[in-house]
Amino acid sequence: MDYRTPLSRVRGLGSAKSGTGHWWMQRVTAVALIPLSFWLINFLGLSLTAPYQQTVDWLASPVSSVCIVAWIIAAFYHAALGLQVVIEDYVAAEGPKIISIWAVNLAFLFLAITALLAVFRIVSIG
Amino acid sequence: MAINTNRPTSPHLQVYKLPLTGIISITHRMTGVMLTAGLILFVYVISALAGGADSYAAMQALMSLWLLKLVVWGFVYALFFHLCHGIRHLIWDAGNSFELETLNRYAMIELTASLALTLMTFAWGYYGL
Repeated sequence: MDYRTPLSRVRGLGSAKSGTGHWWMQRVTAVALIPLSFWLINFLGLSLTAPYQQTVDWLASPVSSVCIVAWIIAAFYHAALGLQVVIEDYVAAEGPKIISIWAVNLAFLFLAITALLAVFRIVSIG
Repeated sequence: MAINTNRPTSPHLQVYKLPLTGIISITHRMTGVMLTAGLILFVYVISALAGGADSYAAMQALMSLWLLKLVVWGFVYALFFHLCHGIRHLIWDAGNSFELETLNRYAMIELTASLALTLMTFAWGYYGL
């Protein structure tokens, strides 16, 4: 049942039926990131102190590479979603708001692709 | 939509003394934003590893500067704080623990846990500090 007036229906504003999607994915990625953080800490610790070959061997092992790839996808997605909320809260003007959200999404997509390709290169070395 | 910027505003953030829960709430957001900046550092580290032994050694030399070590430790603490408070957000989302006493107790638990996890990472023997 649609209670809107014909005029408001034509204007097409109102619910896009996707209001909970953003909120929900923020939680899904958050839950995924709780265990995956363990692999990030491991990776950081190794790559800042361990010899080259040790870090490559660790990252190229099946469990580590899968978990780091999963961490990259979840973390960069979570970051883009989170920054979007921050921008929506503090940037009032419509134009700058939309442009900065686009910029953030594209930047994090780009960063995630860079990180994923790096993992694939390391896996092919190791 | 035109926005009238010449409207009266309500008393602003700086006139209030934030309670512990309020400080933690804004810290969650600040650590979140800092962690996103840290992701750029992560991309640098993993790209250096993919680049081979030479770029890896150069990255390790750069990251051993005390200023960048401080950044890494700040990142680790921010990560654990954001994780601990994030878990509390998930508990809230499930509709639990909104009582004032619980809020303050959990706030202390979070601060302790995030510090403990950072120290555990330190004691684990990584980072060469």
